[in-house]
Amino acid sequence: MSSLKNLQVGESLSSVQLPPVSRMDLIKYSGASGDFNPIHTIDEAAKKAGLPGIIAHGMWTMGNLAKLFTGYHEEGFIQDYAVRFTGMVFLDDVITLKAELSERTDDVLIFQVAAENQDGKAVVKGTVNFKLV
Amino acid sequence: MYKDMVGKRSEKVLNTIERGAVKKFAHAIGDEHPIYLDPEYAKTSRYGRNIAPVTFARTLDFGKIEELKLPKQGLIHGEQSFHYERPLFVGEDVYCYTEVKDYYEKTGKSGTMGFLVTENIGEDLEGNIIFKSRSVIIITEAVRKEMSQ
Repeated sequence: MSSLKNLQVGESLSSVQLPPVSRMDLIKYSGASGDFNPIHTIDEAAKKAGLPGIIAHGMWTMGNLAKLFTGYHEEGFIQDYAVRFTGMVFLDDVITLKAELSERTDDVLIFQVAAENQDGKAVVKGTVNFKLV
Repeated sequence: MYKDMVGKRSEKVLNTIERGAVKKFAHAIGDEHPIYLDPEYAKTSRYGRNIAPVTFARTLDFGKIEELKLPKQGLIHGEQSFHYERPLFVGEDVYCYTEVKDYYEKTGKSGTMGFLVTENIGEDLEGNIIFKSRSVIIITEAVRKEMSQ
């Protein structure tokens, strides 16, 4: 894994494509997070809420997106991570995680981050401020 | 309708960053890095111990604001942010509480929607802030109508 210190504005981290979203992914996230809202796991509950099917927890996608930075733990940490949930994630969607360096100061790298579905639509969009230490 | 809730906060709750909980969480988001999971690996890292994924903080117990009554269904998670002074360490004790920061309404095509802004805070045992986390929850017109019935 290359160093973040040498990354230039406009360059991106290696993007990651997740396997198609499965019900088991969301059952596991429900258990691990304690968010048992049934619209994420049970078809009938999603339909009753007016959705075409179950949707992923926004936090599942946001959690996944942060892993682009995990390997750089010796260089610093995520000081700020802010997103908007801009679209729903359905079963079998294929999500791609992206981060592009948009600005840097002496000790903070500012990334524009996004999780996009198979149609190229951003479902999570935001910024990560990575603090170099 | 939640304007009078602004400023209300919960009592502090003592949480421990449990190794097992961090492990399950890291698996659930597909981020199975040894910095979260492997104590031996962590010994050689900058922090000398395992840390927790950045969004793990959302799963902690921040207590309840008694007066805040939210509908069980129909809420939309609109925005989420985290600010960290340092990473959260596996095994440490953290005092957590939550506060209502703002409430506002916007009227658009689909009626009037409410935006409830809450902040979750985690402090070390000396009262130093480790992280602050903000959520914007959207309460749609349909849900507001149901509640007022």
